This record gives sequence, C-alpha cells and structure tokens, in this order.
Amino acid sequence: MFHIFKKAAQTRLVTIGYPQEPARIPGHFRGAPRFEFSGWRDARPAADACPTGAIAIEKSAERRRVTIDYGLCIYCGQCAEADRSGAVKITRDFELAVRERGDLITIAEYLLEPDGMQKTLASLHKGLPSENDLLEPLEHKVQERIHKILGRSLAIREVDAGSCNGCEIEIGALNNPVYDLERLGIHFVASPRHADMLLVTGPVTRNMELALAKTYRATPEPKLVVAVGACGISGGIFGRNYATVGGVDTVVPVDVFIPGCPPRPHALLHGILLALGRMEQRVTKGHSASSEPFR
Amino acid sequence: MTLPSLLSALQFDEVRQRCGIVFVEWRVANDAEIHAEVAIDDVRPMVAALIEYGCRLAAVFAEDRSNADSGFLIYYVFESLRDQRFLLVRTSIPLNSPAFPSVAAEVPAVNWQEREIQDWFGLVAEGHPNPRRVALHDNWPEIHPLRKDFPIDTVLPPFEGEQHVYRPTLGEGVFQIPVGPVHAGIIEPGHFNFAVAGEPILYLQLRMFYTHKGIEKRFEQLPINRAVYLAESISGDSSFSHGTAFCQAIERAAGVEIPTRAKRMRTVLLELERLYNHVGDIGAIATDVGFGVANAHASRLRELILSVNEELSGSRLLRGVVCPGGVRHDWEPQQVEYCAEALGRFEWEFADLMQIIDGSDSTRDRLERTGFLDPQKARDLGIVGVAGRASGIDRDLRRDHPYAAYDEVPFEVPVYQEGDVLRRMRVRVDETLLSLWIIREMLTKLIPGPHCVAIPPLPPDCVAIGAVEGWRGEILHWIRTGSHGRLERCKIKDPSLNNWPALVEAVQGNIVPDFPVINKSFNLSYSGTDR
Ligand code: SF4
Repeated sequence: MFHIFKKAAQTRLVTIGYPQEPARIPGHFRGAPRFEFSGWRDARPAADACPTGAIAIEKSAERRRVTIDYGLCIYCGQCAEADRSGAVKITRDFELAVRERGDLITIAEYLLEPDGMQKTLASLHKGLPSENDLLEPLEHKVQERIHKILGRSLAIREVDAGSCNGCEIEIGALNNPVYDLERLGIHFVASPRHADMLLVTGPVTRNMELALAKTYRATPEPKLVVAVGACGISGGIFGRNYATVGGVDTVVPVDVFIPGCPPRPHALLHGILLALGRMEQRVTKGHSASSEPFR
Repeated sequence: MTLPSLLSALQFDEVRQRCGIVFVEWRVANDAEIHAEVAIDDVRPMVAALIEYGCRLAAVFAEDRSNADSGFLIYYVFESLRDQRFLLVRTSIPLNSPAFPSVAAEVPAVNWQEREIQDWFGLVAEGHPNPRRVALHDNWPEIHPLRKDFPIDTVLPPFEGEQHVYRPTLGEGVFQIPVGPVHAGIIEPGHFNFAVAGEPILYLQLRMFYTHKGIEKRFEQLPINRAVYLAESISGDSSFSHGTAFCQAIERAAGVEIPTRAKRMRTVLLELERLYNHVGDIGAIATDVGFGVANAHASRLRELILSVNEELSGSRLLRGVVCPGGVRHDWEPQQVEYCAEALGRFEWEFADLMQIIDGSDSTRDRLERTGFLDPQKARDLGIVGVAGRASGIDRDLRRDHPYAAYDEVPFEVPVYQEGDVLRRMRVRVDETLLSLWIIREMLTKLIPGPHCVAIPPLPPDCVAIGAVEGWRGEILHWIRTGSHGRLERCKIKDPSLNNWPALVEAVQGNIVPDFPVINKSFNLSYSGTDR
C-alpha cells in the first residue's frame, strides 16, 4: 500500500491537454506527406516508391494524371526520399480525419514535355464530389441532432474487422493515463448494444464481413461509424483480394475516416471528436485549413 | 547427461551421418542454412530420426513450383541447439498425386501448419489426425489460394454464415460458452468455444483465421522494397521484428552482410519492441486480476518507450525503419541521448512498478499456479518464446542463432519450470531487465559508420530464411525471389501459430473468470496467426 501511495505522489499528473492544448509530439514524428503541385516536374519516382499506391499515375498521350489518396498513405516517407526535387515533403500533420472519403483524394493533371517531365499543371481537384454534397441541408440537421444526443457522453465499441493489431494498440492507448479518453466523456463498452459509436479497423476480411454487419445492426440508433487507419479506409497495403473486401465503408456506412498507419492517439481523438462535431475537420477537400475551435 | 541432450550435442552434419537417412541433396547454402532434399517416402523416417537426435521441427510449409515444372515442394525447417544453422529439407510432390505424408501425429507442433498446406495448396496431408479445415473456414468454396493458377484478386461468391461444427461436449451439467469473433475488449477477433462444468473449463476449442487477409499471396509479385512494408503489417505489435526477419532473408539471399552500426541499431530497436510489449503485458496481466493501479503505471512506462520509438524512428510502432541492407536513417547524437535518458528513467520506474506488483500478495495468489502449462506438453507442442521459457524450454534465437549484434551481448536466457501465469510474467520481467542491459551495451558501442549497404538486384530463385526472436517468440520468414526484383513466395511463421495450442492446454481445469488473465499471459497475435 505504502508503495502505491508513494508512487502516486511522485508521479503527479501525466495526462495530456490535447485537444484543448496543442499536441506535443516528438521531434522525429513522420506525418503525412505534402505535395507542391504547381512546381512538380516528375511524379514518377514518388509513385514508384510508394508501397501502397497512395500516389498513382495514369498516362494518356501528352497528359499525366496524378492521384494522391491520403486514405491509402501509411506515412512511410518513401515518396519524399525518392522525389529529389523537393516537391514532396514529409510534414508533422496528423489531424487528417475527414467526413467524406473523397476529401482525402487529390487529383492533379499535368501536360507533359516530350521527355516525360511534367510541363504545366492543367488542373487540380482537391476532394472528390460525393452524393452527400447534394444532401447538405438535411444532412446537417441530422448531424446536429446526433451531436446533440451523443456529443457530451459517448460509448464506443471497437471492432477489429481484420487489422494487423497496430490500430488496436493505439486505440487501446486512449485508455491509458496519458490520453485518458474518459476525461472527454468518452468510454469503451463491451457490447455493440451499449454503443453509440463503432470504431472499426480493417481491411475488412471475408471472415469478418458478416460479423461487422451484425455488430452494426446490433448497435442502436442513432449511431456513428468511424473507420480507422489506412486499411480501415481503403484496405491499405493489403488492398482488396480473395480474402478481403477492402475498407469499412464497403460493408457499413462510415461517418468519419481517420488516416494513419496506425493513427497516433491524438489523431484518433481528433477523428472521434470530429464525428461528434466537437472538433473541426482540418483537411478540407484535400488541403489543410487552419481551424482551432474545440467545443 | 540424459540421452536426448547427449544426442543433441551434435551438428547437423553429424546427425546426417548417424541417422541413416538417404538425402538426395545436402548443401551448405550459406553460414545460416543447410539445404537438403529427401524422397517423399523418406519424409516420415527423416523427421523421426532428426527429432530423435534432438533437432526441433520449427516449420513445415509448401510451395507451388508448377510454373518451373517442379510440381509442389514441401519444406521442413529444423533447428538444433548445437548448430547455428537451420536445416531446410525439401521433398517434391508429383503433380499427379497431390499428397504428402503427415507427421502431425508424431509432431503435434505442425498440426495447423500441415492443415494450412491442405487448405491453401489443395495437397492432402495423408494420415493427419484431424484433417479438418483450419485456414479457410468451412463456408469458403473449394479454392486453393496459394496455387500459382489462383489469381489473388478473385472475387468469391457471397458467404453463408460460418458453419463450423464444434466438437460436442456431453455430460450432465456440461454446457458451452461461445465467445467471439468480436470480443469484449479492444482486441483482435477469434472464436473461443468453452465447454464448462460449473466454473471450471473442461475444454476449449479455438477458431482462428478470422483476420486472414491473404498476406502470403500478397507477397508474391511484390517488389522487394515494398514487401518490407507488408512484412511490417503482419502483426502490429511485432512490426520491427517481422520487418527485420524479412530483411534478413533478403540479405542472406543476396549474400550481403550489413554494417556493424546497422546491426547494433537493429538490436536496439528489436529490444525496444520487446520492452514496450513486455511492460504493457505486465500491466495487462495485473489489470486482469483487478490491479488497475499497476497497469496505470505500466501503460505510462509503455508510453515512454513508444516516445523513444518515435524519436528514433518516426513511428511509435517502429514502422518504416528497417530496410534490406540495414536501417533507413542514421541517428543523430541527440536522438541517442534521448533514448539513453528515457531508458534511465524507465529503469527506476520499472523497479518501482515491480515493487508495487510484488508487494501485493493477492496478485501473486491469483497468478501462481494459474494457467499451468506442463513442460512436457510444452515440448511436445513445440511451444516457443516467452510461453516456452516459462515452461522449461530453454530456447532463444538471440542466443542460439545470433543475428543483428546479439553475438556481442552473450546473456543467460531466463527459464522457469512452473509454467503458470506468474512465471510467464516473470520471464517478461527478467527479459525487460535484460533488454535494458542490451540496449545500453549497444548504445555505448554505437560507433559511427554506415547504417545501410546497397543490396544488388537479386536474380530469380534465390532462397533464404530470416529468423528473429520477436518479443513473443520465434519469427521465421522464408523467401524465394522471382524475376524483375519481385518475390515469388514468402512464407511467414509467427510464434503465435505454435502457441495457440498451449492456451488450450493451459486453461483446462481453470475457472472461466481466469481465462482473460491466462490468455493475456500468452498474448498471442491473431493477425500473425491468420495472415
Ligand atoms: S508517405 Fe504515403 S504517399 Fe508517401 S510513399 Fe509512403 S504511403 Fe506513399
């Protein structure tokens, strides 16, 4: 007993202040890559180096179409290393959660020189249009209602639909005294029947497809689904194959996508609070917007 | 000296001379491997003879070589305490009779591995005591995904629900508790079927492979530098160990020795992985017997190591660091200092943590004699790693088949005979202290030098094995290169694959409420098993 009290007194407070305070992240953290689209001369080295196909190129006659998908990115930094021009840089960005899958995708189209180098940026689409853009007013209303019901106290059921366990490690860390999720009124529950939110990791395997669908059905309305990690968003490095069906949204509707491999605990907090309307989306249609407010 | 240990004091070459088996081929491939071949009819006697001479059958796997007109090959990987090399014996299976002799009855350790071959390759394990499907569930169509003529992107028809028939457990008052695949905690999916009589567990049936995601197939045709990232995603908590095992296989295939600095850096990172997992498990074991305070401190310490990981590698889980030829980035002095300082703090805080845990008699009471795994059973089942060492199995690849810079830090492997949850925790405690010492040794020896060498392009058909003692146990990667710098095959053996049967043994006779702590004391990887 004595040791326990002594240790507690010695340890003091270890819980972080994020998101009320800015995150303190070690110096060498590798976050999302950023691309200087207008001056980019050659996307091929980066695309070749990318292990997941987050940078994909398609070539037609004199054009090159470069698709960047943060939903596939595992933050490995290979692209920045391979691209020697400085057009690709690794940043310390981690608050990448978005409400629309398409917001993670940027498409740049270039006109090419005869030698295959990119001459000019012909077009740049940040974020893809989605069906929900049409539904906006109604969707907003529904969302606001959900935020009102769930915003202050949230029960999460975590579902591993096939992950490598990396995401689970970071999700589990939210319970430790450093991140202490409960200080935000959020806690994990053992049954989907007690849950307001499903936090789902992927890639969804064939063997978990049904279990995930059943878990979703067992969760009472209103409910939120958050897809975690590159694999939860898109199938990630595993992709779709005979044993996987890809991202979580191929099986159940998803409200928020949290990129990362795995997303660090701060990024998970950001995504969960984004789903609740308590934090803002930082990535708007493919580019970072400055927004601070936390409610 | 008892007979088996006397016999085991032999090198493979001596075993070969004495065992009386005719090997069609016997070739020292490199300083870590002997490649041999036997006729298919000699497989059973060969396995029996080698085991009698104290060798351990570490893995069995198959390969489809029909593209090269060689039909199917089955490989048997042996390991011996007296030989630093691995012995890989292969046998070829004619296309017209796709079957191989099962040795699972004599070597229960390969029970699942042989059934995997049945499911994935459509080869029959003749004489297998329980030939039911394991790696593909019963609701899957009749497909064999690791055959070369099976396209990876095949879309299978919709599945009916799982139709697995569990063995019935009958008797008055006996009933079954099905659990999973979605579990109550933040853990991976799998199905447990408990047969209980009152509180005690009579029998546990496991159903794994819920997270099967076609990883071994995915490796095929993947360029080597990308494949490293796939290796890192086999089991999230062992990213660096799996990545390293894979890179070691590549380096061995290329005949490249990595620079000394790279070896030492890898050693540091491997031990950091062990540290964060071990301290996390110690805390989790405490939680499962209701000692939350201990876990609060343990998980704080784990965060400390994760921050070191991030400082040294850019990733909390040590991803994107290892590469064929060494490590991707060198460390600056400040990074090393951060690491040394954090470990200094970790050390005294860890001592405090253990004082708190050891000071609790009720905790000891819950852990001692709980989840007992008999050393004899552990040996029969081929249990590896932490769980093996807690049940008297004195094996550790770091000592027995040194890689990275482990030959510079000879150490004594902690081994216990009692085989209970307490000892599985003790092994972790001892290894935590050992890891701290190893890292400190490495940091002092970290003299400047190159951190990576280039790997020349590999011609097709280079084969090699990589072996790493991950924090959980023995990780093996075996590769064959294909054309254009791609892989033809990558076989992965995670320690969890060996150790699930140990859990089945250990829970018997225990009460259901103790299951979580017993399970945690093994802490096996579902994804590593299922791949
Ligand atoms: S950081 Fe992302 S985009 Fe760049 S190579 Fe890695 S996965 Fe691809």
